[in-house]
Amino acid sequence: MVKIGVVTFPGTLDDRDAARAVRLAGAEAVELWHKDEDLKSVDAVVLPGGFSYGDYLRCGAISSLSPVMGKVIERAKAGMPVLGICNGFQVLCEAHLLPGALIRNDHQKFICRDQKLEVVRTDTPWTSKFTAGQEITVPLKNGEGNFVCDPDDLERIEGEGQVVFRYREFNPNGSMNDIAGVCNEAGNVVGLMPHPEHAVEAGFGPQSEAGPHGGTDGLGLFTSVLTQLVG
Amino acid sequence: MGVIVVEVMPKPEILDPQGKAISTALPRLGFEGFTGVRQGKRFELTVDGEVTPEHLDAAAKAAESLLSNPIIEDVISVRELGGEA
Repeated sequence: MVKIGVVTFPGTLDDRDAARAVRLAGAEAVELWHKDEDLKSVDAVVLPGGFSYGDYLRCGAISSLSPVMGKVIERAKAGMPVLGICNGFQVLCEAHLLPGALIRNDHQKFICRDQKLEVVRTDTPWTSKFTAGQEITVPLKNGEGNFVCDPDDLERIEGEGQVVFRYREFNPNGSMNDIAGVCNEAGNVVGLMPHPEHAVEAGFGPQSEAGPHGGTDGLGLFTSVLTQLVG
Repeated sequence: MGVIVVEVMPKPEILDPQGKAISTALPRLGFEGFTGVRQGKRFELTVDGEVTPEHLDAAAKAAESLLSNPIIEDVISVRELGGEA
């Protein structure tokens, strides 16, 4: 069975949700602790969101230096699929695995809503189950989700096709070019601010055509990586 | 005991939501005439004994690699805390 590691940092909130998403997709979820120096033979790693510990300096800065991240960086550079969600996205940017940085929302407020996204790129291990331009809805909750980089980097990211998700209808935090998620040059490392792991099971997800809490659009990320790893 | 001060500011082209919020709050308290506010960070790194060039060098490296994120921030200064402060 495909093994997907889910890293828990002190204070992590959404690790259980991410592990549940992994299981619902059909893989084995392997718990990883931030002090682990062994990735326990996992085939992919999810850095979940929803934590605040270590954010005193900059979100994700201290966490990006944790022992487990040393291994994640090494394996990511060798091609292992890595997904960073929300704070996990911030950790990947601080670890320089992803371009850009995430700063305080332009309106200064924490925001929590069901968010429409456009899937821009579908040839990453985390988005292959989607079609280009597909609209999905997943919950979003952040205070520092404003994606920024310098103009040259922005041009490069757009030019190289590193934008994976874009906000639709409403930009919740001021992110440049409505960017909600990006990938590295190789495409195996993906980060996004909204939370797909909160939209994986009918009855527990966002509002959708399937009814209140009926949305399961987030499951596609987890089934995508499974397809990729099974081959 | 020596102290090294490291100052970090958001890059000029990067939005500073905190500074912007402070900027709009100032006139409400009667502080007129300020056309902008940028909010940065100041770190104080303490060492045993005198601050040496090696300490300053290490602080400069820490400033570039951990205390700031070069994508969004500039290191403004790395210096020994002067005077009797």
